[in-house]
Amino acid sequence: MKILYFAWVRERIGIETEEIDLPEAVRTVADLATFLGTRGEGYAHAFENPRIVRAALDRRHARPDAPLGAAREVAFFPPMTGG
Amino acid sequence: MFTVRIQAQDFDAATEASALARGRTDIGALVTFAGLCRAQDAPGGAPLIALTLEHYPGMAEEEIGRLVEQARARWPLVGATVIHRYGRMVPGDNIVLVVTASAHRTAAFEAAEFLMDWLKTSAPFWKMEERDDGNGWVAAKDDDDAAAERWN
Repeated sequence: MKILYFAWVRERIGIETEEIDLPEAVRTVADLATFLGTRGEGYAHAFENPRIVRAALDRRHARPDAPLGAAREVAFFPPMTGG
Repeated sequence: MFTVRIQAQDFDAATEASALARGRTDIGALVTFAGLCRAQDAPGGAPLIALTLEHYPGMAEEEIGRLVEQARARWPLVGATVIHRYGRMVPGDNIVLVVTASAHRTAAFEAAEFLMDWLKTSAPFWKMEERDDGNGWVAAKDDDDAAAERWN
């Protein structure tokens, strides 16, 4: 699965994008955030407060309980501050 | 005509508004809103040197496109242009443009406000501020969430 990071989530993890093979137990957006948080110090920092980090599945906003299903692209980012 | 553009280059609000209305006779109200980069947020604070806007390419266009569709479902719009810039901007620069066209003013005003309110909280853009005392990501404001929620 392709994973993208933006803004301070990207900075803390230190990369913009990566391909990851997910364990079968990772079924939802929240599962994935928890799993990523175990991958190292930068990841742990990025996901230290999982309630703040937002996600998108195939470029649509997704809630933490959304199933990953057949999504090809998942993105994690802080609350948006455009406009 | 409904247009969404995500671009690094500047835009001219008047040119975009005239382009939307050119040759049309069904538009009775044309509302133009431009959001600019300002130097000072709070009195006494370190002035802003620049803003860098990061975005999620692809999703930014799609998400704003979905907001335009919601606005069309809600108000009788006959045209809209939304432009959002990304990259580094200094105080005085344009950041975002919303132009809405309708037969009557209420629809055009309300739709422009709806689009701006939702764009701020759901379009995937993030602002990084440069100031004399350092750089930092702008935190999302509760006021902006409340402004968007009032349309629900």
